Amino acid sequence: MATLSAVEIQTPEGVTFSLPLAGPVSRFLALTIDGTVTTAAVIAITTAASALGPVLGDWAAASVVLLYFLVVTGYGILLEWFWNGRTLGKRAVGLRVADASGLRLTFSQVLIRNLLRAVDSLPLFYLVGGMVCVLNSRLQRLGDMAAGTIVVRTRLLKLPAMPRGQEGRQNSMKSYVALSARLRQKVQPEMARVALDVLRRRDELEPGARLKLFGEMAGWFRGLVEFPEEATLYLTDEQYVWNVVEIVFGGARRE
Amino acid sequence: MILDVERFVRAEEPYWEELNQAVVKFERDPNFRMDLAGLERFHYLYQRAATSLARLKDNSGDPEVQAWLEALIARAYGEIHRRPSRTGRFSFWRWLSAGFPQAFRRHMAAFALSLAVTIAGSALGSVAIAVSPEAKATIMPFPHLLGKPRDRVAQEEKEQGSKKDLLANHKGSFSAELMTHNIRVSVMMLAMGMTWGVGVVSLLFYNGVILGAVACDYVRDGQTQFLMAWLMPHGVIEIPATLLAGQAGLVLASALVGWRSRQTRRRRLAEARADIASLAGGIAVMLVWAGIIEAFISQYHQPVLPYWLKIAFGSVELAMLIAYFAFAGRKGDGNTQRG
Repeated sequence: MATLSAVEIQTPEGVTFSLPLAGPVSRFLALTIDGTVTTAAVIAITTAASALGPVLGDWAAASVVLLYFLVVTGYGILLEWFWNGRTLGKRAVGLRVADASGLRLTFSQVLIRNLLRAVDSLPLFYLVGGMVCVLNSRLQRLGDMAAGTIVVRTRLLKLPAMPRGQEGRQNSMKSYVALSARLRQKVQPEMARVALDVLRRRDELEPGARLKLFGEMAGWFRGLVEFPEEATLYLTDEQYVWNVVEIVFGGARRE
Repeated sequence: MILDVERFVRAEEPYWEELNQAVVKFERDPNFRMDLAGLERFHYLYQRAATSLARLKDNSGDPEVQAWLEALIARAYGEIHRRPSRTGRFSFWRWLSAGFPQAFRRHMAAFALSLAVTIAGSALGSVAIAVSPEAKATIMPFPHLLGKPRDRVAQEEKEQGSKKDLLANHKGSFSAELMTHNIRVSVMMLAMGMTWGVGVVSLLFYNGVILGAVACDYVRDGQTQFLMAWLMPHGVIEIPATLLAGQAGLVLASALVGWRSRQTRRRRLAEARADIASLAGGIAVMLVWAGIIEAFISQYHQPVLPYWLKIAFGSVELAMLIAYFAFAGRKGDGNTQRG
């Protein structure tokens, strides 16, 4: 199923994952980078052939013609096949080609989507391909439609670390089991995720903004469930938010 | 059950990392294969990760961890459910001796249509030249074909007789230009399949018109022998390659249109892909050969190369080509699963 910006795939195991689609602008940027790379390669080939011309004669000219063709035609095919759907431009912009069903790319898919650039690039600068892409719910150009592929944004490949810095600290609010349970009930999942995200990035914030942000968040959480004064005395707003996140994500403590 | 996310992540992380390493091996080498024990372990890790993701989602787990795990599962899913290849690792010889001719025979109707359109165009081109010879400049916009055929033949034979090789020192580049140009044209023909076949039919018809016009022009001027000797050495490969490009384009168009098919468009395109790719590869091989022959043999005429020799050479090529497409890879024709 395709939403405006992602293709969702349901696995037989019952989980759903999404492949975030790359828009026409980022694709065009990747294409521009690839075009620059292939142009540079062609210039290098031509220069080398000119230098070797007196020695190789007509074979130098023949090599230029063949290598130009191989670079222009084969660049996308070879790189997307051996680099799991990436070219230099796509890698630079954080994109890759994927099968629209989430399966592994086959060589025939890579070949067909690249051969159909011949019609996607008509009349100039991929105007046909771009228009088809914009009108298509999966943002596919003609080559992608024929090949059953989509271009997706690649995500971070490193497991994000949980927020650190509060190890060994006692959470005075956790001992109030009933209030903690009520807090977990009342805190919306989206707000919990936002709080966790802010804690993870807290060191990136300006001091003034950090204070203000945690002040607002702590005030909001205090409005949901009021803990006794002795549990929150001397807690800064940031420590209060830490405690809330620990309670929400830390699970119920068994008494 | 309420989940202690941090503890859960720490406990599961080694399994996720192991799954990630396995997926990376698949991604780095398209031909990477695991033994049975490795596959069972891989499958277990994938299912464990899927279960972990479901638990995280149910328990409002860390969104960044969920996103990372989702991306990992997406990558592993592709490898777990990858389409099996019946032939294993790609073998150029196996493809050339069987895969390519089999793909051709599976789509004979498209080839027949491609041939019929070209013949229709040829007929029109012949009639046009026969009825209105002054239309030559319009139909055949190639400067070297606009003069009288007999004059051209006389000029060529004179130049060849003077032992001056006009192609000396640029046969290689000429050959390269011919093959790359023809491959580009064929790729365009194939790609035009996405116009529901309209572009393919137009290009095939136009090619036929030019062929018919040239043939009629030379035959009417009594230069049939020259025409055959000039065109046959490379033409018996190049013209069928063009027809195959039309065939591939029409196969693509047929998958797009899906006339009388109950399958979805995606399914039809998925089934046609391997054959279209196979035809494209075969066309390229044929045009490389044709480009070499055209530059090194076709451009040489009597007395350098006798016409009968060139016609005989072209005839042998044509017979071998017909035999190749008719008989090569016959044993595997019943196999409908394409890799």
